[in-house]
Amino acid sequence: MIDKQVAGLSEAVTGIAPGSTVLVSGFGDAGTPIELVEALVGGPGELTIVANNAGFGERGIAALIRERQVRKVICSFPRSPEQYWFERRYLNDEIELELLPQGTLSERIRAAGAGIGAFYTPTAAGTLLAEGKEQREIGGRTQVLEYALGAEVALIKGDQADRWGNLTYRKSARNYAPTMAMAAQRTIAQVREVVPLGQLDPEAIVTPGIFVDRVVVV
Amino acid sequence: MTAGSPPPAFLSRQQIAALVARDIPDGACVNLGIGMPTRVARYLDVSRDIVLHSENGILGMGPPPPDGEEDADLVDAGKAPVTLVAGGAYVSHSDSFAIVRGGHLDIAILGAYQVSQAGDIANWSLGGAGIPAVGGAMDLTIGARQTWVMLTLEGTADRKKLVGACGYPLTASGAVDRIYTDLGVLVPANPGFAVIELPAGIEVADLQPFSEVPVTLAEELIRA
Repeated sequence: MIDKQVAGLSEAVTGIAPGSTVLVSGFGDAGTPIELVEALVGGPGELTIVANNAGFGERGIAALIRERQVRKVICSFPRSPEQYWFERRYLNDEIELELLPQGTLSERIRAAGAGIGAFYTPTAAGTLLAEGKEQREIGGRTQVLEYALGAEVALIKGDQADRWGNLTYRKSARNYAPTMAMAAQRTIAQVREVVPLGQLDPEAIVTPGIFVDRVVVV
Repeated sequence: MTAGSPPPAFLSRQQIAALVARDIPDGACVNLGIGMPTRVARYLDVSRDIVLHSENGILGMGPPPPDGEEDADLVDAGKAPVTLVAGGAYVSHSDSFAIVRGGHLDIAILGAYQVSQAGDIANWSLGGAGIPAVGGAMDLTIGARQTWVMLTLEGTADRKKLVGACGYPLTASGAVDRIYTDLGVLVPANPGFAVIELPAGIEVADLQPFSEVPVTLAEELIRA
């Protein structure tokens, strides 16, 4: 019997080892699994966090950075007034940053989920963000070699789930979640509700449960 | 501009946005970058179907909702609340960038620190210390069928934005098709820039103080 639902947040994040790479969905606060991320506070350290941004205010990823549990952030836009915890740790050389163009970040994660080892993209060709990376002429354009970016854990936020882990999403809260769900050894989803198996319209399921390991209602 | 003559009448940011909106054709799929380009949405011709793409996974992004009707799950690339128009749809982030990188956008409209006569654009970094950040700009500039830049020239004679070669870190090479400014519309002409539209009362010579390289009148103007 497949039942991926767990009772609470601490059970949802159990077994995440120090040094893990953690994919965190969300764009701004939309679709960010704040409760799952904050369930890690006081827990494993030396984490590499992969997300669009580097945490806002005191919440989510920012809380982990504040508590010194993050050694590296891989993201696209870590600069804004609210990302002050990242700024403080970064300017103090306490945290490492790998900056990626937003599309490259997404496609590296997708490639990992899809079993693609590496790919070429025209994005960033001839710029600082291609320095140190192989570039090659393909189809008349200079393209940059990028490698798959997989992870031990993905923390994502969906709207509805069932016990097979099938997920729907809500509006632009979807963003990175379907891609990150594919690319982690263990995908943990927080959702608004879990419904009986068969109640989700198959046409509405965006992430099939095959990609999901644990589901918790928040 | 002759010595002692009054300064040209620079267009306002709103007027630049209206010029851009005027030129977006019916049926176009468009991404509006953060900053000046977001203003364009307010001036779009409502009789045209224009599909606004937002990099976080929205097609058919609509205007901000009335106060009190914000939905925290429906935001634009700047994290501000928006709505969805009839015909809109949501996609995953990687599908959103497949749209961007795969050449499906008709126009990407962005701001810039500098644009070169070869159409290079620098708009993500001023170099130096501080937190680096890039977002979707590099993908948009190489992926969209056309890249239009919006920028203001007023006050920039000492730190020119129209350059021979960009001094700031590049976002993309050779990407810019059109530049909408407060003194008219130009295209990179390598060498130099060519003006394709002048607002009333502006002459080509009025733009030269703001460019490192020659600015000339294009043979064909989009508006006489």
